[in-house]
Amino acid sequence: MGIAEMIETIVKIGFIIGLTIGFFAPMLAWVERKQSAVMQDRIGANRADFFGFTVIGLLHSLADAIKLIFKEDFIPRGAERALHTLAPVIAVIPSLIAFAVIPFGGKYTLWGHEVNLVIADLDVGVLYVFAISSLATYGVVIAGWASNNNWSLLGGLRASAQMFSYEVAMGLTVIGLIMFYQSLSMVDIVAKQDNFFHWGIIWHWPAFVLFLACAVAENKRVPFDAPEAEAELVAGYFTEYSGMKFVMFWTAEFIEMVTIAGLCVALFFGGHHVPFITDAELAGGFSFLGPNVSNLVAMLIGVGVFIFKLVALLILQMTIRWTMPRFRYDQIMKLGWKMILPLSLTWIFIVGVGILTGVMPSP
Amino acid sequence: MFAVAVGIAGTMIGLSEFLGPRHVFREKMEPFECGENPIVSPKQRFSVRFYLVAMLFIVFDIEAVFLFPWAVIFQSLGLFGFVEMMIFILLLAAGLVYVWKKGALEWE
Repeated sequence: MGIAEMIETIVKIGFIIGLTIGFFAPMLAWVERKQSAVMQDRIGANRADFFGFTVIGLLHSLADAIKLIFKEDFIPRGAERALHTLAPVIAVIPSLIAFAVIPFGGKYTLWGHEVNLVIADLDVGVLYVFAISSLATYGVVIAGWASNNNWSLLGGLRASAQMFSYEVAMGLTVIGLIMFYQSLSMVDIVAKQDNFFHWGIIWHWPAFVLFLACAVAENKRVPFDAPEAEAELVAGYFTEYSGMKFVMFWTAEFIEMVTIAGLCVALFFGGHHVPFITDAELAGGFSFLGPNVSNLVAMLIGVGVFIFKLVALLILQMTIRWTMPRFRYDQIMKLGWKMILPLSLTWIFIVGVGILTGVMPSP
Repeated sequence: MFAVAVGIAGTMIGLSEFLGPRHVFREKMEPFECGENPIVSPKQRFSVRFYLVAMLFIVFDIEAVFLFPWAVIFQSLGLFGFVEMMIFILLLAAGLVYVWKKGALEWE
């Protein structure tokens, strides 16, 4: 690996880490409060101020971070100390590294150097995401077990059964998409969506609905938040966590939301592509700036479009969170095993027939 | 990427370890149970259903693992590969129907 590639990789990692943990995690914390306030006709987060400026409640995220850093790190009596500390680490790491295979732009040639806007262009990108996201289950289960608390244990158990169930269904919902694009590489899948009519959402919108439901369940957010149902289990598996360890679970949840949105954009919404315009046409539109600058402009537009789609899907997830009541636990398991699983198997059959009869033109 | 993620997680643990106050007294260190003294230990038996779900998960996850490579080369396999895989899925669907009828998916 040359110096140029190394610098490129470091810049890309910095960009993604900055985007997820530095920008989206605090912003989502703010959106979660502000959107709920707007939707429930309240005024909402507006108290934290800096010399009298409240900046529509944006400072609350900062104030929370400072407050929680200086909070006591509580470990209850009888808890497994090592596992109790390890659990939030195991929860937060998969959420951060899952984003590595999601392309946030295309391939561009800048001053003779080819830039591929994805941290790791794996041939098995889709499998990598599923593998990594299943690791998050360990953090939750260990947290539930190590706390020596009945609420935590019940939360951890519920979480494990729920995440197992929806992981299966989530894997099966994207099979149809892979049959369609004939690739497991995220970069290939995005590259094949340069034509608007090849976007996953056009033919595979039932898969998208199922996938989003599974992904939200996998992330344990409302309406699937039975593992941390505050009315039944106090806070579920992180009842006994405080300070930064609590923040880690909570950050992991928000970053997983961003990862889910990124996955949906890459698989169903054409990644960085603008509808009806290919990358070459986009760069060609700025050809009066010279080949390098026009590629740079096309790259920036591509990243901007990706982030725009990401934000749209995050708002969709937030709206789901504040519109739905929580499902009962037996309803969650019923939905996973008796509805989404058979439906996704049926969808594989439909896609197979569609491709073989030529009704569904594969790119 | 992994190193950066571990670094961030480590920093967060470290920050709370060193910056937080620490006041230890017996009543506070009890596991939280809405103010009551814990009367049952959480380290006891729990419902076997969770175990059943884990077993079902393994069966269907392995099915999904077989489906992934098949899906990639599905178009070059053509009709033959499709029929073969549908038979495989039907066999597993029969298994799903069986556990469904047996009531393993019921939560009351």
